[in-house]
Amino acid sequence: MATLAPTIEQTGSGIRRSIALANWNLSRALIVTKREVQDMFRDWRIIAPTLVLTLIFPTIANWGAGRMIGFMSNYGANLIGERLVPFLLMVVGFFPISFSLIIALESFVGEKERHSLEPLLATPLTNTQLYMAKVLSSTLPPIVGSLLGVTVYLVGVKINIHWLPPMSLLIQIILMNLVQAFVMVSAAVVVSSQTTSVRAANLLASFIIIPMSFLIQAEAYIMFWAQYDVLWMIIAALLVVNFLLIRMGVRIFNREEMLGNEIDEFDVIGGVKSWWRQVLARRTDGTRRSAWRWYREEVLTPLVKLWPALIIVAVVMAAGYFTGLRYANIYRIPSEAFDTHDWLERFQFALNRASFGSIRGVLLVIFQNVRVLAIASVAAVFSFGVLALMVLMLPLGLAGYLSATMVSAGIDPVEAWTAILPHSLIEIPAAIIAGAAALRLGATIIAPPPGKTLGQAWIEALADATRLWLTVILPLLIVAGCIEVFITPYLFGLVAGR
Amino acid sequence: MIETVNLTKHFDDFVAVQDVNITVNPGEVLALLGPNGAGKTTTVRMLTSIFTPTSGSARVAGFDIVSQAEDVRARVGVLTEGHGLYLRMRGREYLDFFGQLYDLPAERRHTAPQGLAERFGLSDALDRRIGEYSKGMRQKLALVRSMLHNPPVLMLDEPTSAMDPLSSRQVRNAILDLRGDGRTVLICTHNLPEAEELSDRIAIIRRGQIIALGTSMELKSRLLGPPLLEIRLATPLNGLVDDLSGMVEIDSTGHNWLRYRTLEPQTINPQVVRRLTGLGIEMVTLSEVPQSLEDVYLRVVGEGEPALSGVTEETE
Repeated sequence: MATLAPTIEQTGSGIRRSIALANWNLSRALIVTKREVQDMFRDWRIIAPTLVLTLIFPTIANWGAGRMIGFMSNYGANLIGERLVPFLLMVVGFFPISFSLIIALESFVGEKERHSLEPLLATPLTNTQLYMAKVLSSTLPPIVGSLLGVTVYLVGVKINIHWLPPMSLLIQIILMNLVQAFVMVSAAVVVSSQTTSVRAANLLASFIIIPMSFLIQAEAYIMFWAQYDVLWMIIAALLVVNFLLIRMGVRIFNREEMLGNEIDEFDVIGGVKSWWRQVLARRTDGTRRSAWRWYREEVLTPLVKLWPALIIVAVVMAAGYFTGLRYANIYRIPSEAFDTHDWLERFQFALNRASFGSIRGVLLVIFQNVRVLAIASVAAVFSFGVLALMVLMLPLGLAGYLSATMVSAGIDPVEAWTAILPHSLIEIPAAIIAGAAALRLGATIIAPPPGKTLGQAWIEALADATRLWLTVILPLLIVAGCIEVFITPYLFGLVAGR
Repeated sequence: MIETVNLTKHFDDFVAVQDVNITVNPGEVLALLGPNGAGKTTTVRMLTSIFTPTSGSARVAGFDIVSQAEDVRARVGVLTEGHGLYLRMRGREYLDFFGQLYDLPAERRHTAPQGLAERFGLSDALDRRIGEYSKGMRQKLALVRSMLHNPPVLMLDEPTSAMDPLSSRQVRNAILDLRGDGRTVLICTHNLPEAEELSDRIAIIRRGQIIALGTSMELKSRLLGPPLLEIRLATPLNGLVDDLSGMVEIDSTGHNWLRYRTLEPQTINPQVVRRLTGLGIEMVTLSEVPQSLEDVYLRVVGEGEPALSGVTEETE
C-alpha cells in the first residue's frame, strides 16, 4: 500500500533512499498541515490578530520610526533613529512569529481535548510525519505573516524615509525570525505532546517564553550596537537548539502517552521511591548477591556503557586545557605583574589560611569539587548536557592558562605541574565520570531509550548517576581531597625547595 | 483476522488487560462486552497499534501490532469512543482528508464517501459543516470514516450510540453486510440485544481478563444452565412437584405453575405432557423461559464473581 514507506527496491540505497523517504514523510505530513492551516483560517480568532500583527502593526511601527527619526534629528541624535529602523524591522518580523507559540502549544493537546486525536493516531501516519505536520502547520502561517509584516514595513520606510536595509541584514533578520519560529514551535510541540491539557501546556510555555524574551532583549542590544555579525552566531546557535528540539520531539513522541494519560499527575513520592529502588538495584526475584558482584553488575557495567560520554567529556576537558594554554599566549599577563619575591612563603601562608594540612581543608576541597560537579549535573538537565561540558571545560581552561602563565613568568614547569598533578590524577577521572553521567541526564531528555517514557528513562539515568556518585565519584573526590590537602603541598614543598 | 496471544497491558502497577487470547476470523463479528474500565478500549488501542502491549502478541490482518504498526493501521477501520470530528470542516472535506491519509486515489476519494453516505442516509449533509450535524449524524460520519478505505478489519466502539432506531437499523445492517463481505469485525458495546443480534461470538471482559467467550447460545447454556421450561396449569399444583421431581430438575414453583430444567427437552417434554395427561391435569401452556444475554452478562460481571473457568476456550 502506498501509505507505507517506499521500499529499498523502489528507492535504491544511500542518499537517494534518504531523499525519497524525506519526500514521502513530507508529502504525508503536508496532508495534515494543509487541513490544519485551512482550519486555522476559518477561525476569526486567529485571522483577526494575524491581520493586526502583519498589516496594522508594521504600519504603526513605520509611522513611529518616521516620527522618531524626525524627533531625534532635531537634537542631532541621528544615530538612534538610524538604528531604530532596522531594529523595528526585526520586531515587526518577530511579532507574527510569536503567534506560532500559541498555535503549537495546543497542537496535540488541543486535539486530545477535542477527542480528535485518536482517529488521527489510528491512521498509518508515522510519528515523524505527525510531528512534522504539527510543526509545519504551527510555523507556516506565522512565517507567512512575518514575511508580510516585513514587506509592509519595508514598503513603508522606503516611501517615508527612502531607506532599505542592506541585503545581508535583511537575510539575517528573515533567517533569525525563521529559526526563532522553528525553535519556539519545536519546543511548544514537545510541550503539547507531553501534557494532558491546554491549560498545563500554557503554563509550561513560560519555559519557552522566558528564554526567548531574554534572547530578543540580547538581539535588541546587538541591533542598537549595530554588531550585526553577532546575529550570525545567534542564528547558528538557534539552529543547533532547533535540531536538538526536533530530535527530542520525534524521539519522545509517544502515541500511548498522549492517549493514555488523562490527568497531569506529578507523583513526587512515586518518583522518589522508583529512583531509590533503582539506586539500590536489588534483584527483582529477591535473590541476594555478594557486594563485589553487585558493584561489578550495577556500577562497573553501567560505567563501561557510558564510554561514549566518557570520551566526549575527556576530549572536551582536554580541549579546555589546551584552549587555556593557547589563550595564555594570546592574552599574556605582563611578567612584571608577577611578584616572585618570597612567593613560596606567601603561597604557603595562603594554603594555611585555607586550612590546608587539616581535615577542615579536606572537607573544604571536597565541598568545592562536589559543588562544581553538582552544578554541572544540574546545568546538564536544562541544557541537554551542553552546560555540563562548559562548566567542566572552565576549570581545565583556567588550569591551562595559569600553568602556561606561571611558566612564562619564570616558574619551573615541574613546580607548576607538582602543584596540580598529584590530586588531579584522581580528581580528573572523577570529574570525567561525573560529567559523563551529567551528559547522559541531559541527553536522555533529547532521546530517551526506545520503549521507555521520558520520565522512566530520566529516573533511570538519575538513579545510575546517583549510584556512580555514591560508589565511585565521591570516594574518588575524598581521596583526591586528602591528596590535595596533605600530599600535594608536601610534594610541592619538596620540589620548590630544591 | 485478529489473533491475540496472552495480550497484556500494564500502566505502571495497574493491570489494564491481562492475558487476552482471542481469534476473530474473516467474516466473523465478535462483540467485546464489559463494564466501564474493564479493558475494552485498551484492547482496541493495542489492536490498532496505538498502545504497545506490555507482553504477549497480536496479529491483525496478518501483521504484527508492534513491529508492523503502520501496516496494521493501514488495514484497520476504527470507530473511536469519541467521534473525533473537525467541526469546522464540511463532511465531504473531512472524508477526503482521511481518504488522503489512507492514500485513496482521487476518484475513489470522491465515490467512496458518496456511496457510504447514501447507505447511511447522510448524502444530503455531506456539504454541510460538521458542527451543524446532530449527534447521530456525527456518529454516522465517523462510521463512514472508519469504512472509507475498505479495511479488512473493523473495530467499532459503540457503533449505534446516540442513534435513532432507524439509523441504528441502518448501521446494524451495514455491519451484517460487512460480515457477509468477509470482513473481521470487533465491536465494543453495552447494548446487549445488539451484541446478540450482530455477533457470532461474544467475549466478556472484566478487570482486563476475558472471563467468558463463546456464542450467545453457548454462554447461556454454560452460565445459566440447561434450558428453563415453564408449565402453567388450569388448576393448583397439588403435589405435582413431587410427582415430576423424579423426571426433571424443578427450578421454581408457584400456585399454578412450575419451572424445570432439562438438558434434553425434546425427550423429556413429551414425557412430562404424557404424565400430566395421565393424571388428568389440564395444562394451559408449556413454554421455554427466555434467558437473555443480559442475564449472562450480569451473572458473569456481577458482584465479586470470580473468573469463570471452562468458558473461555476458543471455539474454532
